[in-house]
Formats: sequence, structure tokens, C-alpha cells
Amino acid sequence: MTTILILAVLVLVAIAIWQMTKIFELSQIKAVDSQIANDNDNKYNGYLLFVFLIFIYGITIFSFWKYGKMLLPEAASAHGAEYDSLMLVSMAIIFFVQTITQALLYYFGYKYRGVEGKKALFYADNDRLEFIWTIIPVIVLAGLILWGLYTWTNIMDINDDDDPIVVELYAQQFNWTARYAGADNVLGGANVRMIDIDKANILGVDESDTYGKDDIIVKELHLPVGRKVNFKMRSQDVLHSAYMPHFRAQMNCVPGMITQFSFTPTITTADMRNKPEIIEKVKRTNAMRAEKAAAGAENMDPWEFDYILLCNKICGKSHYNMQMKIIVEEEEEYNKWLAEQQTFSQSMVSVQ
Amino acid sequence: MSATAHAHIEDHVDDHGHHHKETFVTKYIFSQDHKMIAKQYLITGVLVMGFIGIAMSLLFRMQLAWPGESFAIFETLLGKWAPEGVMDADIYLSLVTIHGTIMVFFVLTAGLSGTFSNLLIPLQIGARDMASGFLNMVSYWLFFLSCVIMVSSLFVEAGPAAAGWTIYPPLSALPMAQSGSGLGMTLWLVAMAIFIASSLLGSLNYIVTVINLRTKGMSMTRLPLSIWAFFVTAIIGVVSFPVLLSAALLLIMDRSFGTSFFLSDIFIQGEVLHYQGGSPVLYEHLFWFLGHPEVYIVLLPALGITSEVMSTNARKPIFGYRAMIASIIAIAFLSTIVWGHHMFISGMNPFLGSVFTFTTLLIAIPSAVKAFNYITTLWKGNLQLNPAMLFSIGLVSTFITGGLTGIILGDSTLDINVHDTYFVVAHFHLVMGISALYGVFAGIYHWFPKMFEGKMLNKNLGYVHFWITAVCAYGVFFPMHFVGMAGVPRRYYENTAFPMFDELTDVQVLMTVFALIAGLAQLVFLGNFIYSMFYGKKGPQNPWKSNTLEWTTPQEHVHGNWPGAIPEVYRWAYDYSKTGDDGEYIIAGQDFIPQNTPIQDNEEEENH
Repeated sequence: MTTILILAVLVLVAIAIWQMTKIFELSQIKAVDSQIANDNDNKYNGYLLFVFLIFIYGITIFSFWKYGKMLLPEAASAHGAEYDSLMLVSMAIIFFVQTITQALLYYFGYKYRGVEGKKALFYADNDRLEFIWTIIPVIVLAGLILWGLYTWTNIMDINDDDDPIVVELYAQQFNWTARYAGADNVLGGANVRMIDIDKANILGVDESDTYGKDDIIVKELHLPVGRKVNFKMRSQDVLHSAYMPHFRAQMNCVPGMITQFSFTPTITTADMRNKPEIIEKVKRTNAMRAEKAAAGAENMDPWEFDYILLCNKICGKSHYNMQMKIIVEEEEEYNKWLAEQQTFSQSMVSVQ
Repeated sequence: MSATAHAHIEDHVDDHGHHHKETFVTKYIFSQDHKMIAKQYLITGVLVMGFIGIAMSLLFRMQLAWPGESFAIFETLLGKWAPEGVMDADIYLSLVTIHGTIMVFFVLTAGLSGTFSNLLIPLQIGARDMASGFLNMVSYWLFFLSCVIMVSSLFVEAGPAAAGWTIYPPLSALPMAQSGSGLGMTLWLVAMAIFIASSLLGSLNYIVTVINLRTKGMSMTRLPLSIWAFFVTAIIGVVSFPVLLSAALLLIMDRSFGTSFFLSDIFIQGEVLHYQGGSPVLYEHLFWFLGHPEVYIVLLPALGITSEVMSTNARKPIFGYRAMIASIIAIAFLSTIVWGHHMFISGMNPFLGSVFTFTTLLIAIPSAVKAFNYITTLWKGNLQLNPAMLFSIGLVSTFITGGLTGIILGDSTLDINVHDTYFVVAHFHLVMGISALYGVFAGIYHWFPKMFEGKMLNKNLGYVHFWITAVCAYGVFFPMHFVGMAGVPRRYYENTAFPMFDELTDVQVLMTVFALIAGLAQLVFLGNFIYSMFYGKKGPQNPWKSNTLEWTTPQEHVHGNWPGAIPEVYRWAYDYSKTGDDGEYIIAGQDFIPQNTPIQDNEEEENH
């Protein structure tokens, strides 16, 4: 890595020297050492503007070719598909506009580079042009706004239709805990003032609340595929953000209030692992990890794909490593797993 | 109002030169002259604070590219925060925080507005000085004090503020939540409170000056667009900065006096705190009520400078002058009602999110108009590609690239998955960071002769500076979008805890290499600046053949700007390459007509 850096610096120094000599040359030819651009400067910089346009296109193509495959895989949630289409269309519009406007900007910079004595066109106003490029963005944006708002309203409409599972995501520096609502599918009341470490009541669940007795507190999030999940987020200390990128889901966890998000997982972890793009990604990643392990790096065991919940709001020193594994599985597997977990009352009893 | 102001100025002219005896202290230190204050802002804000801010970014970019590796420079600069040369996670967050704070507030707000509003408002509107030279001086010295406090916070025992430049409570409110939330955060808040006072004094002065001290004939619709931009920027500052002050004061109360404005139900380090009933979301509202207009406080002056530089160097009038003014005003208005797009997933009511999506996407319209107008200004011009012009073209380019991704982020739906990822970092660095910096550079290259008595910056070093910076800016921030789209959150000390991000390390290396080269290119600029300040070659009085009034002043600075009477204005600022019916320039052999030139017989007056 450092070699790349050194090489880059060398290249830079070379460019600097080349430019220095150019400066020297130019000052030799012209008797007048003016710091105002002359025809020569206009010519070279005009060419460079054109080259720069190619550079912008180049880096765009390069990034897509090299990094395009590293983007998130297809959405693993029901609303995620809609999200992805909206993103695709918005991106297409953006790239279209970007390609055209950058081309015009730099091409004009190149084409109309100054020449001594040439006359510029006195062109101060054109109402029709102004109207056209006001109205086009208005129409395009109106479309995007409407589509976006429609999708947003659907995503944010958190209701109890379709028998959702209720899960609490509980954030603290620097880990996550999940609480399932249990057999009654109602979370017991909770508040940080009821946290009792001695009795292992780490989430401050109200011990007198009967709804809370059957709650299940776990450190790994299991979700059945095809079933809606209503998440209730809480934080005990600072702001955190529950970010589940594969599901196009994110919501801040705010101390003092309960925030919500809801989605339906559509692809099981096992199915996702078998997608060609994931297989490729895992292969690439494990090759890199093997290389690093061979070079003596620690914690470089081969990786297996998993959905993940990350913290995405700066929360302190170990913000960069606040995560929880998410496993999406078939309903039977999920039920089996859930049955193996202790309920809140059981875990309390086991402590006493 | 205006008449009395003029009368006052006339008086001033008569007795000019009699009652000002300058000593070293009144001339260079406690100066009340706007040109000197502009230079003070430039050197403190842009050069010194800019150097610190950019250097910090290079340090944490090295950590991102080569996580956990040992660098001698870390040990040298960070001392105990980099044991054996490996950067500590706390200081990483501090660097990110202070980099953001310095760049946004100290460099691009105070440095940019402070330098160019101070320099150009009196010179371009034809005034002898700011409305209140004394307040102007106080504004600078408050800014200086604020800089000193902010920089001193880097040296406190527990480290500087580290909660991100937005300092969201509770993280910023609780010293036990992170080490940077102790004395470092207190100093941050004190520095910012003083900064706001400084900014308000400055802004009020700019507003009053533009309204009252315009020379005869300088109607609002004859003002150069730079002045319009500075004027509107100052108004947004006056409207929104006080809200940040209230947020800072309430946070100080929560931190030091046990109130619960932003805090509630907190259990940390084994104990429940007494706070009850406050809401961090309230803080977010207050912060972003300034925070979003702040983006335009940073950007509008840069756009104003660009309008001026681009028109002059294209030898063409700016296209759509009135549309440009309308866009500035529309952007300014909309900027105060879009702050919620930073909070789509903060837990605020989703319906509010819908409203903010609507207003946010609306702001794309005046922005698009501006971009198209700049491009049309270049069309069929006779482009003088001076370094300032190149930076202006670069600004339009990054403004478009960065602005377009705003359409993604401003859409509440799409924001869900890219919120707080590197996508956001890439977006705002291009659209406000790099664009505004380009504006600063364009301004410095263009008005350096005005600031330093006719001396000019070396153009070839300027070209080297521009081209390396332009390539590197895209090199750093274009690939960064992909990192964000891969789901990598910002403000992560390292990404090694997630194997799914392993393959993105290569991208980080690429970005860091570009960033380091860009950093070196700024040294070329710094060297050029310092050298030219002392040994630069003097150019002509009006080197860029510009129409605006500042070029009618003598190169040597005089108190009161014009030795004689203030020039009268007869036309707008953009009569470049204007021709009469015969197709020849109005003034034979000269493709520009300064604003103080009366309307000639052979020309029609445009309706301005």
C-alpha cells in the first residue's frame, strides 16, 4: 500500500517539475512576464478542460466497472424492491443530467477558449430558455416527489395488519439486544429506571407487567421469511441508529422515546448465500482475507454471508463495531429457535 | 434614508485625510478598515484554520485506508493519542469532529464571507467603508478569540470534542459517554457561542452597508451578483444563527446545570441519570434550523464570486441576471424550510418527513437554473482561462455532480438506506465543501491584486494548483459514493469489524492517495500566496478588465477607498463585449464598459 503512495508522490513531483520547466520556458519566450492568461494559456487550459471531461467520464466508468459489483445485493425485504426501483430511476435521471451538463460545461470551456481580438457574444437574457430549464426540472422533480412520497407513506405506515411479529431493538454503548414480544405478541412495558443488573433485568422490563413475562430477550435476531416484523427501537444512553442495509431499513434509536420501523423479509439467509452475486462477493472477500491471514493479520477467518444490523449514528469510541447478526429463516425453523429461548420470567427465575 | 447616508458620505470626503493618524496597531491589528479586516479574515480563517482542517482530514483518511497501521506522523502530531503510532479510536472521532467544525464554520463561513464580504461590499457598491467599522473590527476579534478557543481545545487532557460536528446530545452532553464530551466539548460550545456573536455582528454590518451605502446610481438591480449573494447570505445568517446559539445555550445548561432540555431516560455506566422529559430530537431541529441554511451560507458567496469571475473572464454578461437574483432569493427562502431532511429517520413524525421531502426537492429548481445559466454564460464567450476562471468552472462542475445526488438524499424514501453513509459524505463534500473551496480560491486568485496593492499571484503555479486539485477532488469523492451505496456508515474508525466491507478497503486507499496529493497541491498554493504577498509582480490597475467599481480604486490602499469623490454608477456590472448597431464595441477597442461610464450615444440602455 505504501508503495502506491510513494509512487503517487513521485508522479506528483514529476508533474510539478514539468510544470516548473514550462513556467521557465514561457518566461523566456515572452519578454513581458504577465500573470494574466494569454492566448497560450487559454489554448493549453482549454485543451485540458476537454481532457478533464474525459477524465470525469473515465472515473465514472472506472468506478462502475471496478466498484459496481461491491454495492449492496438486491433488497431482501418487501418494500425494498420498490425502494430499489425508485433508486434506479432516480440514478438514471441523475446520470443522464450529469453526462449532458458536464459535457456542455467542459466542451464550452474548450470550444470558446479565449483568443486575442475575438468577440464574445453579448447575450444577456432569453426568457424562453429560462422558462424551459425551469419547467423541465419542475416536471421531473414532481414525478420523483410523488413517487417518493407514495413509497414513503407506505413504508412508514406501521400498523398491525397481517399479524406482524413485534420485536424491540434495544441499543446501548456498544451492542444490540432484541426483545421478542412472546406468545401474546405484546411487549411488556419498560423503562431504564427499572433496569436491575443484579436480577439480570438489563432492558428495564417492568417485572410487574404481565405482558412482559413471556418476552424473549436475545442477542441474535431471527426473523421468519415472508412475515411482517414491527420493530420498536429504544436506546438507553445516547443516539444510535438501527441500520439494516440489506433490508433497506433504518431508524434512529432515541433515549426517552420509542421509534418504529416495519418490514417483511423476503429472502432467507440460506437463499441469499446461494445467489451468484453473493457467492462471488464471498469468494473475493475470502481471497483477500486469506491473503491477510497469510501475512499474519488476526481475525481473518473465512467469512460467510449474513445479514447484519449496524449502528449508524455516532455513539462513541466503539461505534465502528456495534453489530448484531440477523438470520432470516423459514417459519418452522424460526419457531423452533424461538421455543428454545428463555422467556423474561424464566431468565429472572434462573437468576434468583 | 439613502439621501442622508449620501449626505454623510459627502461630508466625509471633505475632511478625508486629516483626522486619521495610523499607528502599527491601528493599521494592522485593531484596524477598522474593511480591506485590512478582509485580509485578517483571509489569513486567520482560510489559511491558518484551513491548514489545520485539511491536515486533520489527511490524518484520518490515512487511518481509513490503512486501519490500525503505525505511522510516525501520527505519533508526532497526536502524541499520547497514537500510542506507538497507531491512531486511537477516540482521537479519530475528534479529528472528524474538529475537521467538520473548522471547515464548515471557520473556513467556509467566517473565512469565505469574512474575507470577501468585507473586501468587496464597500468596494463594489461604492462605499468608503462598512457601515460600522468598529463593529466590523469587533466581529473579527471575536472570530479570532473563537479560533483560539477552538484550537486550544485540541490540547486538553481528555481530548477535543468528538461527537461529530453536529454534536448531537446525549453523546455530546454526557462526559461519561465519551472522553471528548468533557472539557473539550465545553470549549467547543464556548468557541461556537462566540463565533455566532462574531458572525451576527458581521452579517448585520453587511446588510446595513448594502442597503444604505450604495453609491449614486447603484440601484439594487445594478449590483454585481457577488454583492447580492453576500447580502442574502448575511440575511440567512441573521435568521438562523441565533437558533444555533439557543441550541448551544440549552446544551450548556443540560451539561452544566442539570436541566433536561435534550435528555431523558438515560442509563449509563451502571446508573440511571436524573434527566427526564427532554428530547434529543428537539436538539436536532434546532441544530438543523441553522445547519441547513448554513450549507447555503457557505455556498451562496462562492456562487456569487463565481458569477462575477465567470462573467468577467468569459467577456460576456452573466446569463439571466434577474433569474440569478431570483434563484438566490428562492434558495435562501427555501433553505430555511428544508432542515428536516437531515432527520427523516430521527424518529420525527413521518408526515413531517413528507413535507420536508417536498420543500427539499423544490430547492433543486433554482439550483438547476443557476447551473444552466452558468453554462450558458460560457457559450460563445471569449474565455480568459485565468486560474480564477478555472476554479469557477470547476465549481459549477462539482456543484452539479454533488447537487444531483441531493435528489437521492432529499427523497425521504431513498434516504433510508444511504442516510449517514459515505454517500452523504461524498454528496456534501462535493456540493458544499469542494464547491465552496473552489469559490474561495477563485476569489483569492481574482482579487489578490486588490488585497495586496496590485501584486498578482503566479498564474502557472495557479494552474498547477487547480489541475491537481480538480483531479484529486473527483478522485476522492466520486468513488466515495460507491462506498456509501455498499452500506458503509460514516464516522467508523475502521471498517474491519464487518467482513462485508473488506473489499472496499481498496477504494479507501485510492481515495486517501488522492487526498494526500490534493493536500500537497494546497502547499503549492500556500507557497504562491506567501511569496506573492511579498514579492509578487505588480499588474495593471484593472488586470482582468473588469467592470466593477473595485478596480477604479488605486492599487495603494487608502482609507476611504477612493482618493477623490466616489464614482457614480450608470449601468449594471455586466456590459462585456457590448456592441452598438454597427457591430463594433461601444467604446472602440475595449470590450468592457466599467459601471462608472455614462451611457454612450451609440448604445441602448438595457433594462437594468
